[in-house]
Amino acid sequence: MIERSPFFDALTYAVMIIGLILVIIPFWVVIVAASQSLQEVSQVPISLLPSNQLWTNLSEAWARADLGPKMINSFIVAIGVTVGKITLAAMSAFAIVFFNFKARMICFWLIFITLMLPLEVRIVPTYAIAANALLPFQTILDVTGLTWLVQAVSGIQVSLNWNLLNSYTGLILPLVATATGTFLYRQFFMTIPDELAEASKMDGASAMEFFWDVLIPLSRTNMLALATIMFVGSWNQYLWPLLITTDRANFGTVVMQLKALIPAMNGTPDWNVTMAGALIIMLPPLLVVAFMQRWFVRGLISRDK
Amino acid sequence: MAQITIKGVKKNYAKTAVIHGVDVTIEAGEFVVILGPSGCGKSTLLRMIAGLEEISGGEIAIGGKVVNDLEPRERGCAMVFQNYALYPHMTVRQNIGYSLKVAKVAKAARDARVMKVAQAVSLEPYLDRRPGELSGGQRQRVAMARAMVREPKVFLFDEPFSNLDAKLRVAMRAEVRRLHRDLGVTSVFVTHDQTEAMTLADKLIIMNAGKVEQIGKPTEVYNNPASRFVADFIGSPAMNLFEGEFDAEGQFVHGTGGRMNVSQLNGVRQPGRKVVLGVRPEGVRRTGADTHGAIPAVVDYVEELGASRLIHADANGSRIVALDNDTSEIKSGTPVHLSLADSALHLFSLEDGRRISH
Amino acid sequence: MERRAVYRNKVLPWLLIGPQLLLVLVFFYWPTSQALYWAFTLEQPWGGGNLWAGLDNFLYIFRDDRYWGTVLRSGFYALAATGLSMLVALTLASFVDRALKGTKLFQSVFIWPYAIAAPAAGVAFRFIFSPEAGLVGAINDIWPGVWDPATNGIHALAMVIVCHAWLGIGYNFVFFLAALQMIPRSINEAGAMDGARPFRRMLDLQLPLIAPTAFFLLIMNIISSFTDSFGLIDTMTEGGPIGQTEVMVYKIYVDGFKGLDYSGAAAQSIILMLLVIGLTFIQFKWVERRVHYN
Ligand SMILES: Nc1ncnc2c1ncn2[C@@H]1O[C@H](COP(=O)(O)OP(=O)(O)OP(=O)(O)O)[C@@H](O)[C@H]1O
Ligand SMILES: [Mg+2]
Repeated sequence: MIERSPFFDALTYAVMIIGLILVIIPFWVVIVAASQSLQEVSQVPISLLPSNQLWTNLSEAWARADLGPKMINSFIVAIGVTVGKITLAAMSAFAIVFFNFKARMICFWLIFITLMLPLEVRIVPTYAIAANALLPFQTILDVTGLTWLVQAVSGIQVSLNWNLLNSYTGLILPLVATATGTFLYRQFFMTIPDELAEASKMDGASAMEFFWDVLIPLSRTNMLALATIMFVGSWNQYLWPLLITTDRANFGTVVMQLKALIPAMNGTPDWNVTMAGALIIMLPPLLVVAFMQRWFVRGLISRDK
Repeated sequence: MAQITIKGVKKNYAKTAVIHGVDVTIEAGEFVVILGPSGCGKSTLLRMIAGLEEISGGEIAIGGKVVNDLEPRERGCAMVFQNYALYPHMTVRQNIGYSLKVAKVAKAARDARVMKVAQAVSLEPYLDRRPGELSGGQRQRVAMARAMVREPKVFLFDEPFSNLDAKLRVAMRAEVRRLHRDLGVTSVFVTHDQTEAMTLADKLIIMNAGKVEQIGKPTEVYNNPASRFVADFIGSPAMNLFEGEFDAEGQFVHGTGGRMNVSQLNGVRQPGRKVVLGVRPEGVRRTGADTHGAIPAVVDYVEELGASRLIHADANGSRIVALDNDTSEIKSGTPVHLSLADSALHLFSLEDGRRISH
Repeated sequence: MERRAVYRNKVLPWLLIGPQLLLVLVFFYWPTSQALYWAFTLEQPWGGGNLWAGLDNFLYIFRDDRYWGTVLRSGFYALAATGLSMLVALTLASFVDRALKGTKLFQSVFIWPYAIAAPAAGVAFRFIFSPEAGLVGAINDIWPGVWDPATNGIHALAMVIVCHAWLGIGYNFVFFLAALQMIPRSINEAGAMDGARPFRRMLDLQLPLIAPTAFFLLIMNIISSFTDSFGLIDTMTEGGPIGQTEVMVYKIYVDGFKGLDYSGAAAQSIILMLLVIGLTFIQFKWVERRVHYN
């Protein structure tokens, strides 16, 4: 603060409070509605004070949308994506930044171009691959004549097949495939001074020892940020899980269940249960963001540069 | 302790050559300083010894063993970096002990050795701090301890003190000297600070543009610079250098026709030969006008150094600097007479800059 | 991106980068090439492979008025949602940047919307804006029929856009605040010495200095309005009433997965991809220029 300016200070608080209301209203409505009875929630205008039906509504939503198993699925997917992405991202960024191999620049671009096209944009073709993730390799074998060769020699018809529909791998792998994490790690690795790697070389450490003993501990903040971003991003996935899981009962995620909670056109308008469900579903990523805020903010920013 | 022999070593980056064939032998236990202007390839040479940079041509041997194809860890060298390159997430203890940990030295032995070197550089109170919580000088000492703990055959230093303030630099210099005396390990020290070089070196290697200009003891290099470059580079204030030639009487003609009597240079005074005459400011004296061979000059300005002063003067079109101990006031524009101490004269070929021996 | 300290090893880098490359190949390059293939071919109804169709799929789309409707709508959606969200976020960030007492609390709440899944926000906003329920719908009690997103396409679109803008506040806020905080304090102080009041300084000094961030966010928001809108529209309106909230991604979904018209959906995907690539490219160029200026 440079100078005292009571009027401007007051304005600042006023704006921030209006902003706070703006941001928080939807959360508040969800909580309030989730705590009301059907009768209360149907009132026009609605009361903006919480009532005492929260637990009832939560259990009702939990049962109606079968949130137990779905919650487990969501956690499996979110954690799978988070762990998978962090692991692969750190590894590939390490290779790109610290190794001198011929195809380095090609690999770099092959991976980074994927930043341009989010999953939603190429949803149709990606879905097609889910039926058989090994199709590209089969095609390569077919085109190069290897299939024919193998069949001629051994009599075995090579047919690769790996169906990803209704599987955790199908839910997880396509989300791990994009380059956001690699990009973030690369940004960080680029800030490590050359001399640190050289010092470790002089100390007799191998490349992998440098990776484990120096890079990984140093990138802890970035890792937490990436973890937050990935957890939130994969928990909140909607379109992809919708397509890849036809067997919703076993492989559905919680976010997919939201639509099922919306009152039917001519059914009971029990929005209180809907809101209770929404509350349950939005809580885990919200908690993650709230707790990890400090790191997450830093990580999000460094994507820019 | 090991001898280092460098034979015809070259370095190219892609197409550009940055080291054009260097031959040096560094004796076991010697403290060698590589001195040269920025960009001349000092670090590159050092890093080739360390194994951090591939050797494009020639051969480097440490302790009689050719190391061209060895990894840094197999060469037995330790290195102190300019920006310390400490591991920021490890404590001082872990930083120093990291190489031992990598080498799978047992914890107890490791701790003992870390303690020993920490004592040698008085770091014991800081062992559990992180580098971020240390001052520049302390960090520097951690970097040195880290190099020492492996008991290497060779110490390599790449401008280790350039981030320290002047006072600390002097203190660290003394410390390095002392450590070298105690440990007697062959050391190669890169710097572009000539005071540092002169005070530390047993042997000085002057480099310029990827070539070695001169190798020798500091006093030797100072008193007998092998080339115009070395003459110009070593010594502060810098040596006076005059381009010119000898006339028929053997007088040196410079600038816009000024003459200097350099009878001392008997035998090399070929009339018409283009040369560079060098004389250090301390070899230039003020004298009376009637002194034989006195050079008339006009004072341009005076630079006070405290105990002495530098007189910058114009002698018939050539700039000349004299170190003067007199304290009487001299205004700019004052005419003075200067004489050159015979023994302080140096002569270089204008063509290739090499010394013309006499 | 050149570095000096590199390891030379023939096998290790491939082991490290291999898994990522494999995934990218299988889930990115292969599908994208497939999309191209479909876009230029026509699938036979009863199997029997694909027929080469040239540009027919694209021409068919371009002749479809409904498609142009979604394109225009997507454009409007993108600009409206982006503008609204960035404006709110920028205002909040500018004031939070003054770092008065208690600001930290506001700051953390302003980030919350980032954590919310689009469909979850969609459900919440659907309730808030429901004409039968007691929040926004309450004005129907005063003026019956004033608000009806279920039948009025403009209402429905407005509702989706507001929700989208709200969702984006957190992300935009974080970036704006970071950009503001990166402005050296001395610039602000110099402005104060020159006699500029806080509000003037905000307009004259801070806003111009965060222009690069604003541009970056503009592009990111537009791209996200193409991609993230699906979850909102699917939970809030399902593209209705009568297709009046259908945007590009949603139409691809409907045509491809409900209508099973892969070729048409693939062609639309290609168009959308080109659009997104174009925008990203502009952004890269801009970032590059910005780096040069520094
Ligand atoms: N990776 C590289 N690629 C191309 N040229 C390089 C590379 N590294 C160094 N050089 C060049 O090699 C020459 C010698 O560099 P070096 O770092 O050895 O200089 P130096 O004598 O240590 O200088 P300083 O005193 O500034 O540290 C310089 O001209 C430099 O530009
Ligand atoms: Mg150097």
